[in-house]
Amino acid sequence: MTTSLRIPRRSLLAGAAATPLVVSGARAQAKPIKIGVLTDMSGPYRDFGGLTSEAAAKLAAGEFAGKGFTVEVIAADHQNKADLGAQIARQWFDRDGVDVIVDTPNSGVALAVSAVAKEKNKIFLACGPATTDLTGAQCTANTLHWSYDTYMLARSTGGATVRVGGDSWYFLTADYAFGQQLQKDTTNFVTRNGGKVLGASPYPFPGTTDFSSFLVTAASSGAKVLGLANAGTDTTNSIKQAVEFGLTRKMQIAALLMVINDVHAIGQDAAQGLRLTESFYWDLNDSTRAWTKRIVALTPKNYPNMCHAGVYSSVLHYLKAVSVLGAAAAQASGADTVAKMKATPTEDDCFGKGSIRADGRTLFPAYLFEVKKPSESKGEWDLYKLQATTPADEAWRPLSDNACALVKA
Amino acid sequence: MFMIFGIPGPLLFGQLLLGLINGAFYALLSLGLAVIFGLLNIVNFAHGALFMMGAFCAWMLLEYLGIGYWWSLLLAPIIIGAFGIVLEKVLISRLYKLDHLYGLLLTFGLAMVIEGLFRNQYGSSGLPYRIPPSLQGATDLGFMFMPNYRGWVVVAAAIVCFVTWAVIERTRLGAMLRAATENAPLVQSFGVNVPRMVTLTYGAGVGLAAFAGVLAAPIYSVNPNMGSNFIIVVFAVVVIGGMGSILGSILTGFGLGIVEGLTKVFYPQASSTVIFVVMAIVLLLRPNGLFGRV
Repeated sequence: MTTSLRIPRRSLLAGAAATPLVVSGARAQAKPIKIGVLTDMSGPYRDFGGLTSEAAAKLAAGEFAGKGFTVEVIAADHQNKADLGAQIARQWFDRDGVDVIVDTPNSGVALAVSAVAKEKNKIFLACGPATTDLTGAQCTANTLHWSYDTYMLARSTGGATVRVGGDSWYFLTADYAFGQQLQKDTTNFVTRNGGKVLGASPYPFPGTTDFSSFLVTAASSGAKVLGLANAGTDTTNSIKQAVEFGLTRKMQIAALLMVINDVHAIGQDAAQGLRLTESFYWDLNDSTRAWTKRIVALTPKNYPNMCHAGVYSSVLHYLKAVSVLGAAAAQASGADTVAKMKATPTEDDCFGKGSIRADGRTLFPAYLFEVKKPSESKGEWDLYKLQATTPADEAWRPLSDNACALVKA
Repeated sequence: MFMIFGIPGPLLFGQLLLGLINGAFYALLSLGLAVIFGLLNIVNFAHGALFMMGAFCAWMLLEYLGIGYWWSLLLAPIIIGAFGIVLEKVLISRLYKLDHLYGLLLTFGLAMVIEGLFRNQYGSSGLPYRIPPSLQGATDLGFMFMPNYRGWVVVAAAIVCFVTWAVIERTRLGAMLRAATENAPLVQSFGVNVPRMVTLTYGAGVGLAAFAGVLAAPIYSVNPNMGSNFIIVVFAVVVIGGMGSILGSILTGFGLGIVEGLTKVFYPQASSTVIFVVMAIVLLLRPNGLFGRV
């Protein structure tokens, strides 16, 4: 009896001594909210995401200074390798106390990171990747998909191209998750509108810089439209080379994923007249112009595209949820915080008002732009003319088509 | 339209021609590597970065000084070649007595540093460089639409390759260079300044890379990664041709360009691997390469 009495007394004393220490310790150094920007810092998507994404996350974090919790932003380069991306995600979640991973261009890497975020019950805000699988067959309660996806691009750019007579297609496709999905989604729109697909050249990604062989094959296919199911420097190289090989004389080019940085790199001489889709353009309205001024101050050589705008918007929305829930509660369960984010409408300078659907898809309008002629431009980055706007409720894949388990539930 | 292996004939000819154009770049780059390896015994992994610097040099000359393509074709190899000479004097020359591996590590590290610096400064989307006005446009060859500029690339590369080969294999200077690689002390005892000759050779090899860079600038966007995309393939070309064999690297460069072009017609997914498959086969059957001395 005596021994059994002694033990609880001891542990009681120890507990009494330790408890106040633990509480004050927690107060003095509450765990900061840590945001990891996992992006391409060195490869074909560096200007698509990269340093400007990191700057966008910092911009959003800066708006929550002095709100009762601290926010840290760190960044890493996934080098477009899915295994490396997943490994960094694990290390960030397990060891470095990262709560949210954001950006992550490259669908292959993003799908891997999304699975890790689910396993660790953390959060993944996907702005850079395109594949609709993130909110479809592979959707999770821990992932939100921001800026754009393959369905929205295919519907807007693909649909517009078929409407002006481009009814036979040949695809130049980056041979991995993103390119294949984009080709598949666009093929659906083309065939549904009475067009047909005559062939495709799936080329190895990354590492292909010379597209001339594929372009010559495309030209001999007799198709009216060359669909570029690729992105980043691949898109800029294929367009430049298509112009060089005279493809634009008999074929239209549909660059299914092209952003302002690509147009800037190609130069307006070669890019003029191309149609493309983004959910953000810096010169859209007063709010986007004001926001762009803020971010360009941080990365002057690279104007923001929809991916960068998405990083800002998603981090901002996440931090709003954190300030409502409290940092400790928000960190406790990624899925619960994501549920809170879904329940709250989004609002920011980049996309205006928006919402998030059950499958994790954010809903914004999609804008179809045409690249200005050099004579129409008033400045280096004055590159787009707005052609059409698809409203938020029509731009994205309908939930009825969606294999996501969260939708059925 | 006649067919060859189920592929329309004109398409096949088009692809062969394109393969030849890519082969021109492989040949120019592997030639520089072969010269440097043959005479200095350095596996120059910085070659891709120097090729990229050549392209950037042309871009800068145009952007900041208004100097056009034709002058760049002459000036960029000289400027980057001079940079190469500095590299050789300051860093690389310290490694001649050590194992190949040290030279490889040093030049690989240099490549990463150089590419990183350019990426930091210019991003990775690439900078546009226009085709010179006299070479704009294209010629309809019947079976394909041939951009005039690409035709010029093949011609220019072939001329430069031939001249380099002739200098090394057919002139007194080339004979001294080759002699110095066989037995440097002996050549030195005849009053030839071997270290200076080695330095200039490195500069010349680098100049060749820069020349290829200027040729490539209007075709690919000028971007910091353009060299690393090429370098691994080019090393495979050198290995297949036989390390240090000048003629081998030229012929293999053009040849593998064609093999790659054909793969792009029949099975595009394999186009980035086919050269390495060829390399593996060649190494199994002829470990010294197709043209290497046994």
